[in-house]
Amino acid sequence: MQTKTNDGWSPYLAGALAGLVAVLSVGFSGKYLGASTSFVTSAGMIEKLVDAERVARMSYFMQEIPHIDWQWMFLVGIFLGAWLSATTSGSFRVQGVPDRWQQRFGPSRIRRALAAFSGGFIAILGARLTGGCPSGHGISGTMQLSVSGLISLVGFFTGGLIMARLVYGSREPR
Amino acid sequence: MIILLYGLITGILFGFLLQKARVLRYDKQIGALRLLDMTIVKFMLSTVMVAMVGLYLLVDLGLAHLAPKTTILGANLLGSLIFGLGWGLIGYCPGTAIGALAEGRWDAVWGILGMLFGAAVFAEIYPALKTTVLTWGVYGRITLPQVLGLNHWMVIIVFILGGLGLCRWFEQRGL
Repeated sequence: MQTKTNDGWSPYLAGALAGLVAVLSVGFSGKYLGASTSFVTSAGMIEKLVDAERVARMSYFMQEIPHIDWQWMFLVGIFLGAWLSATTSGSFRVQGVPDRWQQRFGPSRIRRALAAFSGGFIAILGARLTGGCPSGHGISGTMQLSVSGLISLVGFFTGGLIMARLVYGSREPR
Repeated sequence: MIILLYGLITGILFGFLLQKARVLRYDKQIGALRLLDMTIVKFMLSTVMVAMVGLYLLVDLGLAHLAPKTTILGANLLGSLIFGLGWGLIGYCPGTAIGALAEGRWDAVWGILGMLFGAAVFAEIYPALKTTVLTWGVYGRITLPQVLGLNHWMVIIVFILGGLGLCRWFEQRGL
């Protein structure tokens, strides 16, 4: 549809197509989209290299077995698909500090790295506690009208609004 | 093996669309959380509106099964709030961090490392959570239509009307 130069596709169109992908995935492979479990299985796979016996005894890794599964390949696919789309549309851009972040905190990569690392750390703890992320709960939960998904979606945005306000303050930009 | 291939293909399609809509970027995600740019909300609403209609059609035809995650009020409320606080710092969610890296936004690497570390820590504290937060208000695998005692299509229609209204409002305000 309308491809405004370098502005990508309409989020309504791309979003609707992504919805179709989510349905087809359930129809063909019985799999609901999700992402955060793979960070657990990946952490488990890394830990297995150090002490496999210990990993085998941990109850969370008995539940989420550290191996390459559907969701892990789904994430590999996201990487490939995003890379394909970015490089074929000229929107691939090597950037270590995002624009909005730089406007607020300057060009320090270390500062950004610290925030991204701690943000990722906190986010995954929350995601595993509620049992999903914006994919597993936000999309897959909401499309099923699951109560856990709907609650989580509201919580994700509430927490996010609070932190964005703490980070950027309440003033309007520019 | 074939299931892994399905995962890969599904991911490629999904990642392609995420990048096309430009929702992988920190600026877009934080833009939404600062109520300046609702691109990711428009994307998510469209995804969910199409997906719920498609999914419940398949379910009604007996071609798919619902698999809602267990509702645990304590864990859902606390966990999602904690996720949101982290999300507001990193500006990527687990899936989009991977996609952001693929379009060159390499600050996502730090976020991904933080997520891996956090996941390892979660596995350590899981036994303690299992006997506390994860027992606070367990309601099982419930859906909103079940709770309300309504036909799912009623709920879907209301959700879609609400979603369309919200999108219309975003467009009017130029968000």
